[in-house]
Amino acid sequence: MSAAPAIELREVFKSFGKTQIIRGVNLAIGRGERHAIIGPNGAGKSTLFNLVSGRFPVSSGTICLNGADITGLKPYQINRRGLSRSFQITNIFHRMTVFENLRCAVLWSLGYRYSFWQAVNGLRDANERAAEVMEGIGLARRRDALAGLLSYAEQRALEIGITIAGGAEVILLDEPTAGMNRSEAAHAVDLIRRVTAGRTLVMVEHDMGVVFDLADRISVLVYGEVIATDAPAAIRANAAVQEAYLGTAANSH
Amino acid sequence: MNGAVLRFKPLNVGRYVTWGLFALVLVLAPVAFPQGFAITMMSQMGIWIIFALSYNMLLGQTGLLSFGHAVYSGLGAYFSIHVLNMIGAGAFAFPVTLLPLLGGLFGLLFGVLFGYVTTRKSGVAFAMISLGLGEMVFAASLMFPSFFGGEGGISANRMVGKPFLGITYGPAIQVYYLIAVWTFAAVAAMFALTRTPLGRIANAVRDNPERAEFVGYSTHMVRFLMFALSGFFAGLAGGLSAINYEIVAAESVSAQRSGGVLLAAYIGGVGFFFGPVIGAIVFTFFVVYIAGLTKAWLLYLGLFFMAIVMFAPGGIASIVLMNLNVAKHGLFGRLWKPYGWVAAAGLLAFLGFVAVVEMTYHLSDTGGGTMKLFGLSFEVKSLAPWLAALATLGAGGFLYRLAWNRFRGEWDDIQRIIAEKAP
Amino acid sequence: MEFFLISLLNGVTYGLLLFMLSSGLTLIFSMMGVLNFAHASFYMLGAYFAFQISGHIGFWPALVLAPLGVAVIGMAVERYGLRTVHKHGHVAELLFTFGLAYLIEEAVHLIWGRAPVNYGVPKDLDGTLFMIYGTAFPIYRGFMMLVSVLMLVALYVVLTRTRIGLVIQAALTHPETVEALGHNVPRVFMLVFGGGAALAGLAGVIGGNAFVTSPGMALHVGAIVFVVVVIGGMGSLAGAFIASLLIGLLQTFSVALDWSLGGLFKPMGISFAADSFLGELWNLTLASAAPVLPYLLMVLVLLFRPRGLLGTRDT
Repeated sequence: MSAAPAIELREVFKSFGKTQIIRGVNLAIGRGERHAIIGPNGAGKSTLFNLVSGRFPVSSGTICLNGADITGLKPYQINRRGLSRSFQITNIFHRMTVFENLRCAVLWSLGYRYSFWQAVNGLRDANERAAEVMEGIGLARRRDALAGLLSYAEQRALEIGITIAGGAEVILLDEPTAGMNRSEAAHAVDLIRRVTAGRTLVMVEHDMGVVFDLADRISVLVYGEVIATDAPAAIRANAAVQEAYLGTAANSH
Repeated sequence: MNGAVLRFKPLNVGRYVTWGLFALVLVLAPVAFPQGFAITMMSQMGIWIIFALSYNMLLGQTGLLSFGHAVYSGLGAYFSIHVLNMIGAGAFAFPVTLLPLLGGLFGLLFGVLFGYVTTRKSGVAFAMISLGLGEMVFAASLMFPSFFGGEGGISANRMVGKPFLGITYGPAIQVYYLIAVWTFAAVAAMFALTRTPLGRIANAVRDNPERAEFVGYSTHMVRFLMFALSGFFAGLAGGLSAINYEIVAAESVSAQRSGGVLLAAYIGGVGFFFGPVIGAIVFTFFVVYIAGLTKAWLLYLGLFFMAIVMFAPGGIASIVLMNLNVAKHGLFGRLWKPYGWVAAAGLLAFLGFVAVVEMTYHLSDTGGGTMKLFGLSFEVKSLAPWLAALATLGAGGFLYRLAWNRFRGEWDDIQRIIAEKAP
Repeated sequence: MEFFLISLLNGVTYGLLLFMLSSGLTLIFSMMGVLNFAHASFYMLGAYFAFQISGHIGFWPALVLAPLGVAVIGMAVERYGLRTVHKHGHVAELLFTFGLAYLIEEAVHLIWGRAPVNYGVPKDLDGTLFMIYGTAFPIYRGFMMLVSVLMLVALYVVLTRTRIGLVIQAALTHPETVEALGHNVPRVFMLVFGGGAALAGLAGVIGGNAFVTSPGMALHVGAIVFVVVVIGGMGSLAGAFIASLLIGLLQTFSVALDWSLGGLFKPMGISFAADSFLGELWNLTLASAAPVLPYLLMVLVLLFRPRGLLGTRDT
């Protein structure tokens, strides 16, 4: 590969106190790739996301975004370099409207920074971009509803909308279909496919249907280690994966 | 989609009407209330409106609870009064009309200095630190009498410089109009600020600081900028107060002043832009009018504040808006009677309470003797007035509970109807 | 040498008193997430109650009854006030306690007036405990130390030897463990709040007559206690202890020293006119700057160690 990978983790470790949660993860995700991270509960999937997005500092190791070292940067610095993430537990601006949520999510990327001399209603590109995203996630008719009063599925859609609105090249989605019924999940998959077209997507997901439907490649994380990274068909056939994860998952469902 | 875009540039007639009315009220208020004490009170209201709104840039808009906001208005006032004295001494010429702007710049300066330290923290830690810094400045004010004027404060004469179009700022009415103009400008500027990228991101930081970091914003920077700008408007209010009173004393950087602005903003309603305006008016009314009636005014104000915190955390503004909503649905007619009962019972309980408080005050002040209350004259050490007051309080309280339950039932029913009407 | 020893003893006494306040504040904050703005008001109530009670039946009953009275008020505040406000969030709770502090101050004005009351050291404890190089150390200071240390030991025993204590301790570092209390949470909250209030009240009983009992004492001490908690680190009892002693010593030593910049540079012949601002700064003695020193220390800690000395919570 000539260009650097979109995301690269080298020997990443993370401990909370004495407990080691991430134990030497090496992972490279190419540009434009749709990558899923699966694994049993407590494997450290969300922690891995929190490390990559800068929410927690790593204990040791290196994380690169498009070839540049981002280890130890603050979340907003990482975001400004083109990485955006969603959260497993809905993390939106509750007392603001749907439209305001999205507009806030696009302001930095359009270069408005901390401007207090421009009227936000006059920022044509920001308003158009926010409206476009709002249309894209199907919330146009809820434009002026307070985000905190939306239904769960709507809030999840808004969560994804905020994540992609800034136009980041690398998108991290943490369990985007968590808590959704089958038709809502199908709708969400369709939405994710549309809004992340042409970008690098990394997602943590429990629903195997969603994973095999969306992902180009899959990594399996077990007890803080990546035991396999491969195309969906190969992952399905991998004996170690079946033993470590799919078998138990199949039994528990 | 086109429709959605078109909505961004509405020719908002309602807004022009609102601001036009606001300007009209400011212009006509002295015509309606030309008495001297009314002019004084309205001048004070203007200053407090700016001050309370600047406070709400922190609490309502950025989610920062400050216990030390008087530092910025107070230091703005001190610098303004020194500049006023320098103008008077002929050190340089500067129009008094623009003096509040200088006060604002000094407020901004200290907002930048102290804001850098305090906004590293948010939430409860920020609140504690703001109190600590406030106490620090207050303690320092007693250490440097040449600047802070010690116990007596620093006084000045505002009639300095050449009169412009006959404006000398001698008569109180001229000062009122100076304050009115600045109030209008400051309110408009602070309102405009809520509609800028920074203003909106401040709301985002208030709602969910973590997410704001993940859409590219440094929450520290957002808080810092809002803090500094809020310091500017507080300093502006301070500059106006220096002109208005022609004296600035240590009280203006005190914890009492900081607590006062918190009370004013919260009573009015921090969730709405205009809430603190209402709060400032009510607060000034308390400070000027009720304080003239009774020494226990701070107790009444504190109780009023507690009642708001416990039962109407949205402040007066939210009470008004909720009732307007009921009226909009044409259901207010059902509330007249329940409101009447609540008011009557509440008044009875209130009278009893006031009697108990005033009698206690009188007793602890004078140790006995005759006192006058509600037009009655009696011996405070005798048993009968106490029994009467307590009985009034008890009966009022009992009736209030009954009336309130009845009102509550009616209110909940109305809210249910409104909720069903909504799409 | 005598100056050093006396100041050390006085500083430790004051520091222990501060810890009686900051420990209660820290416990309440860690358990309930409530920063009790009225905590120092309980301190003030303790002093006034003791003044009132000792005037009727003596100091010794007051030593027990006043903290109990404050505890009852504290529990009532939790039960009938905080619990109602709780649903509106932490800011509302903080504002509630702020309003309470306001009201308590006004109530004190109402009942005892605005001037300081004459709450003096009891006769039994009036006198000299020992002499150091010719300077007397009063019995009452020793008594304050004794009470503080006994309180410390009692607190330690409760925290390490009882079930509630263990949960409270766990909650200091891991607030979510409070849920382990099960259905008793509200009662435990009430007890913790009442206990913290009682500690503050006890501090008021022994501090009120050593210093001054006036309506302004709550705000003055309250701000210092907040500084202690910020410097020690939010939610850290050990941090609060160290910071209490630090501030206690700082305050005591600084009030006794008349060092100033002017004094320092005098041999070099640099001086300023005494009535100018610079001159005031130049000739300001450490003693007269003492009131701002704790706050300056707080600013320094925030700049260089934002979490506080032993803090773990990064808020």
